[in-house]
Amino acid sequence: MSAIRLGVVHTRYLLLETVRVPIAIIGALVFPALSFLFFVVPQRVVAEDPVLATQAIIQLSVFAVLANGLFGYGLSISQARETPWDPYVRSLPVPASSRIMGQVLSTGTIGFLAVIPVIVIGVIATAATATPGGVVLGLVALALTSLPFAFIGISIGYGMPSKAAIAVVQVVMFGLAFAGGLFLPPALFPDWLDAISRLLPSRQAREVVIWAVQGGDVPVFELVGIILWTIALGVLALVLYRRDEGRRFR
Amino acid sequence: MMAPLARLDSVTRRYGEVVALDDATIDVGEAEILGLLGPNGAGKTTVMSLLRGLIRPTEGRVELFGLDPRDHTARTALGVTPQETALPATLRVGEVVDFVGAHYPDRVSTTELAERFGFGDLLRRQTGALSGGQRRRLSVALAFAGRPRLVLLDEPTTGLDVDGRRELWDAIRSQRGLGATVVVTSHYLEEIEALAERVVVMSEGRIVADDSLGAILGKVGERWAVLESPRADEIATLPQVVGARIDGDRLELSLDDSDAFVHALVASGIPFSSLQLRGATLEEAFLSIVNGASR
Repeated sequence: MSAIRLGVVHTRYLLLETVRVPIAIIGALVFPALSFLFFVVPQRVVAEDPVLATQAIIQLSVFAVLANGLFGYGLSISQARETPWDPYVRSLPVPASSRIMGQVLSTGTIGFLAVIPVIVIGVIATAATATPGGVVLGLVALALTSLPFAFIGISIGYGMPSKAAIAVVQVVMFGLAFAGGLFLPPALFPDWLDAISRLLPSRQAREVVIWAVQGGDVPVFELVGIILWTIALGVLALVLYRRDEGRRFR
Repeated sequence: MMAPLARLDSVTRRYGEVVALDDATIDVGEAEILGLLGPNGAGKTTVMSLLRGLIRPTEGRVELFGLDPRDHTARTALGVTPQETALPATLRVGEVVDFVGAHYPDRVSTTELAERFGFGDLLRRQTGALSGGQRRRLSVALAFAGRPRLVLLDEPTTGLDVDGRRELWDAIRSQRGLGATVVVTSHYLEEIEALAERVVVMSEGRIVADDSLGAILGKVGERWAVLESPRADEIATLPQVVGARIDGDRLELSLDDSDAFVHALVASGIPFSSLQLRGATLEEAFLSIVNGASR
């Protein structure tokens, strides 16, 4: 019980710290919404087609969650490792579960906030449509498929110093976003790019969330793919975290 | 005898090939101020990190209130300080105190803590806007936010000016008066002399002395003498002399009995001038212990 109470306390202060540096929020909140406004809304062929417009909303929502996971975990962890505040907090009487809860909930909150403007603009400015059940399933799928991105962020955070992390996070983010069909729909991809794209967790997340919202055939290949990515990246994150424990206190 | 608040029992800690702590045993008792003294790399921070539960011993056992310090419940009555450069720059002073206070069942109110450590007028300020001295005071105050029974202070006044240091020492001593045991590390000998009742001297990962402040001072000879004489070598061989440094005509002597030394010096008929006697400083005690241990 008190672990949950402390988890809420940690969430609150992590959010407070994030909000005090507005640029961090602006990156997370504004970029997906602006991309939607500039790249989707003016393309009337897409915007006026209910199916394509809905998929565009989903693409940029996945992008919002991807960017937030990479920045939220990757940068905050690599920076935290460089200040002695982190070992100080570790020596307070707080269980590790409360700290993890704080990290996940605060990053998750920002991710959730980042999706809202995309959906709002989509509903107002395009012909996108979904059933209430589809929206709920879509949000659940979005939350679950955000795990591999969180693990990539955690791996980057523990794997490299913050200056390198900033660069790597951006390269990984744009690479996964473009090749994963989050900016341009994969229908426009040449075959060779589509083949690579289908192996990426970003593309797999896109297909799984679209399936959750719009129904249709179960995307077996993508579903299995993203589960494998989640396990592999989760193991990587754990290994890097463990390795870091010994190194930090030399 | 009461159970110690914290203890290291034959603890060795290695980092790869490097032995940071070598078979160290320390008991920390109720309501004392224990000074951990030693040069950089002596193992002081390793002792602190073990007591905070940040690292595991390679061999031996560490106990905090009878539990493993890596168990978070063991740390409920422990107070520690962040390095002052670590404070989250965007949080306000009051928010940092509230955040830390939220971890303890019986916390000191923010205003009360701020008043005791003299930062009551800074609560609305972001920590990034504080001066080095103000940050230092806030950091030390955080260790006392949860009414701890044991407080670990790692180099608490590094970088403070003389006034700031004395103010902080007063604040620490008054907290001690409220029943808290304090373990303080420092390489400022003056700081240990001002605060500690018991001193553990460390060198190269080993504990080379563990005694009351007075006894540690006594170990180098109670008194020091400075004098000039053309026959300095002969004076250095008098029986009361424990250690001597000869520089031409000038002599610096460490003595076990200064009265007997003066009698013997006068009786010997050796000419001398400018005799001064004084008590040993902790620095002298420390150097002689560390040098003795490494020999």
